[in-house]
Parts: sequence; C-alpha cells; structure tokens
Amino acid sequence: MDQNNLIVYLEIEDGRVADVSLELLTKGRVLAEKLGVKLEAVAVGDNLDTVAEQVFPYGVDRLYRVADKRLSPYTSNPHSAVLINLFREIKPQICLMGATCIGRDLGPRVSSCLHSGLTADCTALEIGDHTDARTKQEYKDLLLQIRPAFGGNIVATIVNPECRPQMATVREGVMKKEVYDPAHKGEVIDLDAKKYVSDEDFVVEILDRHIEKSKINIKNSPIIVAGGYGVGSKENFKLLHDLAETLGAEVGASRAAVDAGFTEHARQIGQTGVTVRPKLYIACGISGQIQHIAGMQESSIIISINNDPNAPINTIADYVITGNLEEVVPKLIKYYKKNSK
Amino acid sequence: MSLNIIVLAKQVPDTRNVGKDAMKEDGTINRAALPAIFNPEDLNALEQALRLKDANPGSTITLLTMGLPRAAEIIREAIYRGADTGIVLTDRALGGADTLATSYSLAQAVKKIGNYDIILGGRQAIDGDTAQVGPQIAEKLGIPQVTYAEEILELKDGYVTVKRRLENGVETVKAPLPCVVTVNGTAADCRPRNAMRVQKYKYAASPSEAAALSDERKALLEKRPYLNLQEWSAAYVEADPAQIGLPGSPTKVKNVENVVFATKECRVLDDSDAAIEDLVKELITNHTIG
Repeated sequence: MDQNNLIVYLEIEDGRVADVSLELLTKGRVLAEKLGVKLEAVAVGDNLDTVAEQVFPYGVDRLYRVADKRLSPYTSNPHSAVLINLFREIKPQICLMGATCIGRDLGPRVSSCLHSGLTADCTALEIGDHTDARTKQEYKDLLLQIRPAFGGNIVATIVNPECRPQMATVREGVMKKEVYDPAHKGEVIDLDAKKYVSDEDFVVEILDRHIEKSKINIKNSPIIVAGGYGVGSKENFKLLHDLAETLGAEVGASRAAVDAGFTEHARQIGQTGVTVRPKLYIACGISGQIQHIAGMQESSIIISINNDPNAPINTIADYVITGNLEEVVPKLIKYYKKNSK
Repeated sequence: MSLNIIVLAKQVPDTRNVGKDAMKEDGTINRAALPAIFNPEDLNALEQALRLKDANPGSTITLLTMGLPRAAEIIREAIYRGADTGIVLTDRALGGADTLATSYSLAQAVKKIGNYDIILGGRQAIDGDTAQVGPQIAEKLGIPQVTYAEEILELKDGYVTVKRRLENGVETVKAPLPCVVTVNGTAADCRPRNAMRVQKYKYAASPSEAAALSDERKALLEKRPYLNLQEWSAAYVEADPAQIGLPGSPTKVKNVENVVFATKECRVLDDSDAAIEDLVKELITNHTIG
C-alpha cells in the first residue's frame, strides 16, 4: 500500500464523528492536495458503521477502521497502541488530531513512542520549505505548524524536519468545516483490532462516565455576549445572561473570567478556548489580551463596553462604549426591548 | 501504606499578567518584566500529593523540576507547603528542549529516583500550554497515564481511582500503580505554606545557590543535611546527549513573530441613554440584531 500520506485521527462519540475531526479533514484535504498525497482517516472504536458516509464527503480517500467493543469509550493505551502500530506500517508524513481531552492525551503518547515531533494547539497549518539556520540543509514541503506561544504574545512557526509523522493538534473551531464533494467516495480498510492492540494494553478501567452533549454552543451562535475579568463577579455575569437572553445570544468569557471562577470553562473564547466568528460580539469588561483577541477577531461587528477607554480590545472594536457595564448592559436590554418588534 | 510520590513541577514566567512592559521595543520578550512563578496546575498536583501523604502516613513527596538553577525556588515553596525534598535537573545541555526532549530528560531523572508509586504533575504549564510532557513521560517509563484529573478518589491495593474532568463531563477511572496523573486547574487549590516549615526550611539551598552564600550559611548547610536541595546534571541521570536539549528535539522553531492585530476605525460612544438607544436602533436597522 502507498505510504507517506496525511492522516486524521477521528474522534467518535456514539458513532458520530466529532466536528473537530471534520474540520481537520477539511484542512487535511487542502494540505494533501498541495502535497499530491492521499487524505486518510482512522476510526478506532465500536459502532463504526456510519463513519465512512460521514467522512467521505470531506474528501477522505482511505478510511481505516479498527473496531472492538473494548476500544470505546476512548482510553489512552489501547488507542495509542493502534496508532503506533498502524503508523509503523503506513508511515504517514502528517498526522492531525483535535486538541481535545482525547487528542491531547493520545498525541503525546504516540509521538513519544514514535519519536516524532508534536505541536499542540496550532492555529494555522501550511505547507512550505525550510532551511536549517545552522546546517543550511534545505527541506521541501514540510508542515508549517503555526501556534501562539508565551501566553499568546508571540506566534511561532514550528517544523519537524527529520521525524515522521509530523504531528499537530488543533482546537475545535479554529479550522472551518466544509464539505469537499458530497459524492466523493474513498476506500474502506477494516483492520483486525487484535493485530494492533494487545490485552495488556487495557490496563485502565473506566468505572463511571457522564458525558453530556454540551448545552453551551458558543461556536455556532450568531451573537455572543462575552465577559472578562472586568465583569467583577459571578453575580454580574447574570447581567450578561440577561442581555444574551434578550438578544437570542450565547454567553462567552475570557480566560481571566474563567480562571476567576465567574463562569464555566465551556464558555472560554480564545487560543486556549474556542474560536468564534459571530456576526456580533459584545465584549463586556474584557481588556483584550492577545490570546483572547485571537479567538474572536473575525467577528463581523465588535462592541466593546469598558470603563477603561484605553483597553487594548478597543483597537479592534467597531463601537466602543466607555462606561460601567452595570449601567450600560441594562440600557442595551431596555432599548432593545423598546425598539425591536 | 507509605508511598513514594514524585511531583513534577515547572517554574514559569507569569504569562497570565503580561503588562505593557513585557515586550521590548524590538519585539522580543522582556523576561525580566515577568515574575517567575510556580506553574499553577503543578500546585494543584502538589495538593493531590499532599492529600495522599495525609492519608498514608510515612509517605514521601519528592518535587522534580527541570530548568535553570533558580528553579530551586519552587522546591522551597513546595517544601513550605509539605513536600519532603526536591531535585533540580539543570544543565546547559538541556537548554532549548522541546516537549519530547524534556520528557526524555525528566523520565531519566525519574528512573534515577527509582522506587516510585505514583507521579503527579499539572496538566500543562502556562508558558507553553501543550499538556504533552506528562503523557510523554508515562510512555517513556512504560506506565499508564491519567490526564485531566480533578480528584484522586482512592489509592489502595496497587490501584488509584481518579475523577477526570473532560470537556463535556466527568469520568472515573481505575489505573494500576505506578502511573502518571496530570491534574487540572479545576482540582482543589494547594494548601498555603506552613509557618513552622518556612522557619525550618527557609535556608534550604541547592549547590548553585550555596556557592553564592556567606560562610555562615554554608556552615549551616553542612550542619543540617536536610537543608541541602539536590541538583542533578544530564550526565548524572545518564541521559543520551543525542536525545536532550536542542539537538534532541524533533520540533524546531522556524520563526517567531510578534502578534499584531489590524486596528479598525471605531466609533466611541458614551454611556448616555441617547447614545445607547441610537446604537441599538442602528443594529436593528442593519439586521445585526432583532
């Protein structure tokens, strides 16, 4: 079988492929075409019957399925073993995974065993050449892994010149999900799980599991009311929820607000949270650290409400309201109710 | 049952509070403007270790950190809060390491420590946010990992039961010892310093630090062996030079850029009723809201 392709690890819950995996397939398709290689995907778990029809429209040329009841739900060692053994055979040049609780658990283990470089939380992936500054050696068509570093204050481009696969994780929402061709079909290869994972790999036992479909869906909300450290308290966050309810919006938050315990992590927007592109973003008491701005700068219209007229976020805002949000937010609610039909 | 617990920790620049003076005019980072702190989630990990020690009298907690010699500061901090001892893995040859070379170096140090029951560490460090070193160390040691831990529920009969905090829920898992557990920021905060321990250990020093001390303080270190913090080199942990530092890192930094966002033209409004009503009307008219 041909080697050196680009492969995406598919995250699957209840037979459904996660959005982040479909986003990576969309990006992976573009990169694979640039390299002139196949786009592959690997599904590890149980109940994989509909995976092929879910992923082929995203341009997958070849789907590897490794099915075994014990492979679902995800546990670290068995999934790592499958990938390690499969990659030794098919030698992919690039492997992409979601920067999720699963991808960030699995990726490091696989990269450590294969001695391949792994870059976490990339915000852009490109193909490009690289010349080693010291040895002057040239490398063609490497995966350029672009990621923020140092709390988001700098952006670094990382390459893995020598080791394969070049591995990268990407957070949900950073790449856009787009169907490549609804009629596209690839081949399915069913692998015998027993050849890839041994009984000894099943060392960690899941005693109990409560996974809920998240009720919070900030990624797809057209309007977001987001709060920062400047909101001041959990109680004041209720004001934001009131405004969001009035406008039919979702509530988001900066890392500082989440770290301070004002709201839950699922609402975090930014490089270490979700990336959003709503048509309206109302930033309340958000100073605008780079790592936050990077996750919302593509919003169509940005309103910043801040009592600091020099808050950094104001430089990217369309409207700046200088004032206390305890006063401004109730006014927004009042005048929306008065003027909307 | 007494346990040998290793806590992995990192001294990091406080990237959470980056002020205007954090970047120099030439666009490079002004490290001097950022205080060096105990990585926050490593403190969460230390608390879980201390709870294990509370429940299992006679246990020892060894803090292991890789970094500059000044990282001995976080060992003292950990000892003030209840850790027993600590090791700084420090060597010029370890500089420039990516996560893979870091995990190899730390795994070598863990092997040198030898007899351990459980290894705890923070989920990730705030200067890199990669969350990779914990699982990579587990793989290098050939032991299981439990990531995103929120609470250690039980440790007995050679197994540890851990509650994990995932994106959309929680999971309780049972893993055989020894294993690596990486702890989330949502876990319990670390207990504060103990005043008695601060008194007892405030003069603890590593060999690098001791070199700069007065004769009186050096004499104190000789008189009280428990004040001597250990410093290990790459050679001491028998690290393969080809697998450490910059040469041992498969990932290379191609280039680094400052983050610059395009400034937009904006309208500045006051918080008067008239200004806000006008804005709301405008947004309704152009179908942004409503």
